[in-house]
This record gives sequence, C-alpha cells and structure tokens, in this order.
Amino acid sequence: MSNEDLLLLDFWVSPFCMRVKIALAEKGLSYESKEEDLFGGKSELLLKSNPIYQKVPVLLHNGKPLNESAIIVGYIDEKWPSPPLLPACAYGRSQARFWADYIDKKLFDAACTVWRSPGEAVEVAKKDFIEVLKVLEEALGENNFFGGETFGFVDIVAIPMAFWFYASEKFGNFTVEEECPKLSAWIKRSMQRESVAKVLPDPEKVYDFVIMFRKMQGIE
Amino acid sequence: MASDQVTLLDLWASPFGMRVRLALAEKGVKYEYSEQDLVNKSALLLQMNPVHKKIPVLVHNGKPVCESLIIVQYIDEAWKDKAPLLPSDPYQRAQSRFWADFVDKKIYDLGRKIWTEKGEDQEAAKKGFIDSLKLLEGELGDKPYFGGETIGYVDIALVPFYTWFYAYETTGNFNIEAECPKMIAYCKRCLQKETVSKSLEDPKKVYDFVVMLRKKFGLE
Repeated sequence: MSNEDLLLLDFWVSPFCMRVKIALAEKGLSYESKEEDLFGGKSELLLKSNPIYQKVPVLLHNGKPLNESAIIVGYIDEKWPSPPLLPACAYGRSQARFWADYIDKKLFDAACTVWRSPGEAVEVAKKDFIEVLKVLEEALGENNFFGGETFGFVDIVAIPMAFWFYASEKFGNFTVEEECPKLSAWIKRSMQRESVAKVLPDPEKVYDFVIMFRKMQGIE
Repeated sequence: MASDQVTLLDLWASPFGMRVRLALAEKGVKYEYSEQDLVNKSALLLQMNPVHKKIPVLVHNGKPVCESLIIVQYIDEAWKDKAPLLPSDPYQRAQSRFWADFVDKKIYDLGRKIWTEKGEDQEAAKKGFIDSLKLLEGELGDKPYFGGETIGYVDIALVPFYTWFYAYETTGNFNIEAECPKMIAYCKRCLQKETVSKSLEDPKKVYDFVVMLRKKFGLE
C-alpha cells in the first residue's frame, strides 16, 4: 500500500490516460486504477470529479481531482520532482510545453482523421497526418528522445499516440517507418522503456476498437 | 537583467497578445513591441514561429517562445523574482492551468462564433459563451481575482477577452452584464490596475476592427 492515495479514472484505449500511467511509472508511484465504461455509463465519481468535461483521465490525489492529461503529468512532475520530466531551464521548459501543445492540437486528430475519413478523403487525411509526423521528426532531430538524452515530458505526451498509428497505417495503406524512419526509431526506443511497455495495449486490440468505433459512427 | 533583449511580435487587437503584454507589465519587463501584418507575414515572424506562423511571439535574447499561455509561463519562470503569476503549491498550479486552459478552449472559439455565425449557430455560441462565463464566475467565487488578492495566471488568460465583449454583444445582440454581472464587475476591477489598463485595448476600437473583419469575410 503506497503512502500516497492515488486513484486514476481510466479507459484502457485512451492515449490521454496512458500519459498519466507512464508518468506515474516513471516516478515509481503506485496507484489504484478504475476502468470507466465510457459508452455504457460514466461513474458518479467521474462526473463529480470532472463536472466540466466529464472525461478521463482524472487523477485523484488524496481525494482531490486533477483533470486534463498534460496538466496531470505536469502536476506529477512538480509534486514528485525526481526524476525530472521537464528541463531545468525556463527556455527548455517553454520548448517542451510548445511541443506537447503541438502534439495535443495536431497529432491525435490527424491520426484519427485517417481512419475516420470515408473513401477518397483518406488520401488527404493521410497527407496531413504525415506532414504532422514530419514536423515532429524535425523537432526530434538527432536526439534519442524529445527530452534530449532522457525520456521526458514531450515523450510521455507523444508516445501513447503511437499505438493508434497502426490503425491509421492500415486504413491509409502506408507505414510510419517508411515515411518517418527517425520518428519510427524513437517509437521503438520509447516502447522499450519499462514505464511504457507495461502500460501500452496491443495495437491489434486498438485496431479492433477502431473498427468497432467506426461501425458505431456509421463510417464506411 | 540590464542586458536582456525582449521583443514581442504581436497584433494590437489580439487578446492572446494582450496576455503577454499584461504578464510583461506585471513583471516590470521592458520590451520592444513589434506590430505584425498578418496578411503579409514578415520574414521575422515566419522565422520565429515557423510551425504556426502566428502571433504572439516573445523573442528573448534572440530565442523565440510561442503560444500565449506558454509565453506567460515562461515570463513567470524567467523573471521569477517579482510578482509570481502561478501559485507555489503544485495542486493550486494545476488548478490555475486547468482554468486558463478552459478559457482557451471555450472563450475564444465561442466568442469567434458569435461574430462570424448567424441564426441557430450564433444562438448556440451565445449560450455556450454565457455558460462558460458563469462557470468562471463560480470559480472566482468571492475572491477579488482568480489569483486571490493579486492578479495571476488565470486573470491574465481571461481579462484580455473583456476587450472583445463589446464586439460580441453588438454583433450578437445580447448583454453580457445582464447575464454575468459578477464577471463584468471582476473585469472592471482588473481594469483599475495600471498594468491591466495599459495592456488592454479600447473595446470600441476592437469593435471597429471586428466590423472591418466582418466586411472582409463578407459577413456584413
């Protein structure tokens, strides 16, 4: 039983929840996790803890709720400073926040639009998605991680999106490895980290989820 | 620091730019203001913000910081000896970031819909806008500012949008004070501070700007 009372309101396939799980693992923190049924009926606790957006993830620390995944990861980093997820200098931190924000604004939507697009619209969606990946690849440069030599805030924000790429690749008929080899190498490198490996779901299961979701939304 | 070179690439009417001006004023930082032409973007802007090509951009000793809330956090950390903008407690910081993010997600987009949409879409935007302001009123409670006794991060995120309220009201044909008197009282209280009044633009000038944009987009 850990000293800290940490409860995560979770959904297995959510990349946003994944961010929080990876951050907690990086800090060596143990926590309880409660799977929410987002389609069947959200729990009272979720609705009470996140009344404005009614979304996961929610992290409850000693009963006090925190919402919005990037904000939760920032909190975890500030509350348990070792090992640090953000650079020490103000400028480095601003750059990390910029890329986390870029990923939030662009990456998930671009990836999902590929498998959400009916028929010929897939090609446009695929082009847009690859453009976003290339911007990120350029930002990564020759570094091992977005955090430089060490896995950090931006890596945590980005890597859960990667297990959704398989669905985009199948629907768009391309591979991230061919289009962005350096980014692909970063994905493989990050997935080898224990904090990431133990929480990532099977991409095939995510793909099955996407198929089900498309049927639900009437996309063909 | 005497040798600091600080330049702000901005557009006078931008509430995002006003956030940065206000943060710099709160910290007593001297800077060069550079008005940008967003129709014919300058080489400097494109060089300093190649990803989004938007203002505001803060250039500090030649290094650019982009995205208004990221800039405000950077200003808070780079000039940390005066007027802290974020609380020191990690949970309170997370709450401040949550509410500033709420302003970003709701106020700008809904406000924009008010002056660009018509009919049912405009009505829906007005309702969403008022609902969002009411949630913010709830969060403010009895405090003079969101930052408590002094202006803080959430105040800086929100109060520049007050300069656009007159434009929203006039194009949307509604009265914000009638629906949200506490919010208007709060905004007027903020304007009594010199840092705020000198950082915010005249709402009537902003309205003229909106009329010009509406004509340009064929909305008038």
